[in-house]
Amino acid sequence: MIEIQNVRKSFGSLEVLKGIDLTVNKGEVLTIIGGSGSGKSTLLTCINGLEPIDAGRILVDGTEVHAKSTNLNKLRSKLGIVFQQFNAFPHLTVLENVMLAPRKVLGLSKEKAEENAVKQLTHVGLGEKLGVYPTRMSGGQQQRMAIARALAMSPEYMLFDEVTSALDPQLVGEVLDTLRMLASEGMTMICVTHEMKFAREVSDRVAFFHKGVMAEIAAPEALFGAPKDPELQKFLAATH
Amino acid sequence: MFSYTFHWNQALKALPQMLDGALVTLQVALLSMVIGLALALALTACRLSGNRILGGFATAWVEIARNTPALFQIYMAHFGLGNFGIHLSPYTALLAGIAFNNAGYLAENFRGALKAIPDTQTRAGRSLGMTPVQAFRYIVLPQMLRIAFLPVTNQMVWAILMTSLGVTVGMNTDLAGITQELNARSFRTFEFFAIAAVIYYLIAKAVTLAARLLAARMFRY
Repeated sequence: MIEIQNVRKSFGSLEVLKGIDLTVNKGEVLTIIGGSGSGKSTLLTCINGLEPIDAGRILVDGTEVHAKSTNLNKLRSKLGIVFQQFNAFPHLTVLENVMLAPRKVLGLSKEKAEENAVKQLTHVGLGEKLGVYPTRMSGGQQQRMAIARALAMSPEYMLFDEVTSALDPQLVGEVLDTLRMLASEGMTMICVTHEMKFAREVSDRVAFFHKGVMAEIAAPEALFGAPKDPELQKFLAATH
Repeated sequence: MFSYTFHWNQALKALPQMLDGALVTLQVALLSMVIGLALALALTACRLSGNRILGGFATAWVEIARNTPALFQIYMAHFGLGNFGIHLSPYTALLAGIAFNNAGYLAENFRGALKAIPDTQTRAGRSLGMTPVQAFRYIVLPQMLRIAFLPVTNQMVWAILMTSLGVTVGMNTDLAGITQELNARSFRTFEFFAIAAVIYYLIAKAVTLAARLLAARMFRY
């Protein structure tokens, strides 16, 4: 369970998170929508401790992310995150990209790590690309590799930060299909996305962020079908 | 007006001796590169450490190495330190001077290479649970070495040519030193230095070629 309690966060004088309260249960798929600068991506990077917070706390299975005593490296193996930029490691093959962290962080043997990496890559449809260098692949393939790389750490939660935003339109589908597959397998996921159709389909709940505040959260039918917040109504009208 | 008679035979007889010198030249250059690379990595670490004293020390080193004549750096290692009672042999002084110079240039190359690697690479590694050291070691460093590889090769060639400055501190076993001694005995300046120049050229070319072959093997992406 991820518990976000009254989290505040500023960059300089700009407050990007103005007291967020949110609980994500095991097995739940939560999507976060909202305009640029609404704080949705910042929240994700705070959840896995890449960004410090100014107030409040975030608990992952009871462990406080920003507590000094928390071993962040250990915690992060529980929290997979995939970014808008694919961040493929260009000097490693697809297989090596996925094997690296399990070997160095989890201490898996080469054989174990390879077996696991092949499994994850096959799962996202890249079983044929093991020996290829990522720069030779399309953006969609690189992003699917990044997903496999995160999954190879056997995370209990996956955070997706606008993972289709940097893709050519014709490549968005293959990545969304991968996310749908993970959702159907019961992975706990928080997806920040601009893909409304996708959000509507896969989510258990959808949250709308506006100017650092979670303005509305509801089941997708309610949020998209009968939005209450005026800003959300404007937002949905503009994205349709 | 042009009445000089070439005596190539006399000069070519000294070729084996000069080739022995070439081996010493190559040895000094290689050693100076190994030491220079290690020092450059240490300087890079100092600059990345965020510690003002370490960073300032590294920056001062780089500034001096890159903005003063290599000849002075070698001179200082031999005669300058000699003033303080630290007596380095011509060989050691030459090696120290070039290693100092190499370290400065290489550290600057590394800095440029690091700038070319986006922060998001480190972030991706950290998000997978790697420590900052692991992310640097397994993600940033290999990419940095690739980007810096060509400049490093250039520096190696430059190191070979710099060894010839050893003559000024009494180095007489390397190619330049031996050539200079042969010249002093015979005054066949043109012949001896022309042959030495050809040998330097061939060594430099061989190093560049070897580096290119090595790069093709090492960097497949």
